[in-house]
Amino acid sequence: MSISKKKPDTYYESIIKNGFSRRDFMKFTAFMAAYLGYETSAIGQISEALKTTPRLPIIWEHYQECTCCSESFIRTDHPIVADIILDKVSLDYTLTLMAASGHQAEAAKKATMEKYKGEYILCVEGSVPMGEDGIYCCVAGKTALQQLQEAAAGAKAIIAWGSCASSGCVQSAKPNPTNATPIHKIITDKPIIRVPGCPPIGEVMAGVIVHVIAFGKLPELDRQGRPKAFYAKRVHDSCYRRPYFDAGLFVEEFDDEAAKKGHCLYKVGCKGPVTYNSCGSIKWNNGVSYPIQSGHGCFGCSEDNFWDNGPIYERLTNVPGFGIEANADKVGMVAAGVVAGAAAGHAIASTMSKRKEHKERVDSGKDVEKQVD
Amino acid sequence: MTTISHEYKRVFVWEVPVRIFHWVNFLALFALIATGILIGNPPALMSGAEATNQYWFGINRFIHFAAGYIFTLNLVYRVFWSFMGNKYANWKVFFPFSKKRRKNMGHVLKSDILLQNPKNSDFSNISVGHNAVASFSYLVFFILVLAQIATGFALYADNATWWFPKLFAWVVPLFGGDALVRLVHHILMWFVIIFSIVHVYLVFYHDWLEGRGEVSSMFGGFKFVRKERVDTKKDLND
Repeated sequence: MSISKKKPDTYYESIIKNGFSRRDFMKFTAFMAAYLGYETSAIGQISEALKTTPRLPIIWEHYQECTCCSESFIRTDHPIVADIILDKVSLDYTLTLMAASGHQAEAAKKATMEKYKGEYILCVEGSVPMGEDGIYCCVAGKTALQQLQEAAAGAKAIIAWGSCASSGCVQSAKPNPTNATPIHKIITDKPIIRVPGCPPIGEVMAGVIVHVIAFGKLPELDRQGRPKAFYAKRVHDSCYRRPYFDAGLFVEEFDDEAAKKGHCLYKVGCKGPVTYNSCGSIKWNNGVSYPIQSGHGCFGCSEDNFWDNGPIYERLTNVPGFGIEANADKVGMVAAGVVAGAAAGHAIASTMSKRKEHKERVDSGKDVEKQVD
Repeated sequence: MTTISHEYKRVFVWEVPVRIFHWVNFLALFALIATGILIGNPPALMSGAEATNQYWFGINRFIHFAAGYIFTLNLVYRVFWSFMGNKYANWKVFFPFSKKRRKNMGHVLKSDILLQNPKNSDFSNISVGHNAVASFSYLVFFILVLAQIATGFALYADNATWWFPKLFAWVVPLFGGDALVRLVHHILMWFVIIFSIVHVYLVFYHDWLEGRGEVSSMFGGFKFVRKERVDTKKDLND
């Protein structure tokens, strides 16, 4: 356990000890600077920081989640990314990957929390069930809520990994039986970085951590607490199929000619136009592909409440309160039809009710007509 | 000779800026709704064509955004004019706060919406500019389109470089995401359509029944009002 060491290694030292060359290290820093959207001068800054900064103590908590965030993380496309964070960042506590277990593991966490009070980064994967006093998720005899509050108390900052921790994801979809709650609704007195996605892109996760390490502060966040470097653009706006959208060439069904030609998936429910993420530029699995490139519309997994945002394979969202099949256009057309019908009814009724008044005016008009010539 | 003498006086009601506003507003709304429906559900017009030679959906969206700007600036211009124009264009017209306006509202609801025939006709009930129900409906319409402007520019803000659309960037976090903002924008469009149906119908209704130039007033600016009404000197807006 790294916490037992007197002076922890810097990132650079641990990378070199791990058998990587300095060249690999420089490639990695260049790589990260590019992802974070910095200019080339930042490469030196990042590499300098990684050479001099002692490894950052990290506690990585797992609550209501599927571990897909961790899975995504260890598949980042540069080996050092995984190594630096998982082997070499002093990841002092993570249920899935640490060697220790049981009381030993809990003791390690407690020791880190005490030794690095106010310094460690708390990474949270998963939402916290608030229903029934939180008994739906217990770790080491404590509820997730208790665990979170204890760990958050001494944390420098919190990273909410994935949609579970940043918006609740599938377990908070209606009717949310366990009252699954994202982290920022529970902890309000700590800086929180939300890194949504189901899972988030591995490079995005690495980029966030490298930023914290290299610059000693949180990356610039948008209004919703997400790092701007990765969540400032819609998937739609960086999509390689965008020219088909602008040309008005759309897939109508998944097996039609347009689908084979790779046209825009807008009409089969792609959520790219309403989803903020870097999938279009960074892509997945070493930049191999991403959902749209594989012929499936974007799911919108990094958006809040994406499970409740209507049907996956339809363009129009369902209108709440109007049944399953009622979309905005159907409801609107019926409403407009009813109003037009009411106007027609009013017109007919007025010819009867206002008969006298109207006739009077017509008659007086006819009288005047007679006077003319 | 007729037994009833209907003497009318010609009143200048809608000034040129009001009429310009009205027709720019109509054209912008027409463009916004037409292009908006296409954006919401694009038809498969060009499915056989090559993308290289096509840009119709991009142009469609451009028209939507341009019309949105025109619509917004036009509305700003109308708000400005509500402080500069005549009493029929004044901002006070749109708020049913005075007793006279509420009385007129009751009258219009009873006589024109529920089609009752009041026994004693009161000349002060004849409205010269907007009647109280109509002007209130424009206040509701104003709030409705403010919401459209806010949600529309909020969706547009992320790709914009100008500060104006970015003023509305806070709307997206308020709703939690683009998806809901988009849905609200879409649903409110139908309210605008419904407003337009009712508005056009009631203009025709008043023109048919009263014969005072309701329809043509938005072209020429004049309405015709009974002499007795002018003599009562009890205007809604006084």
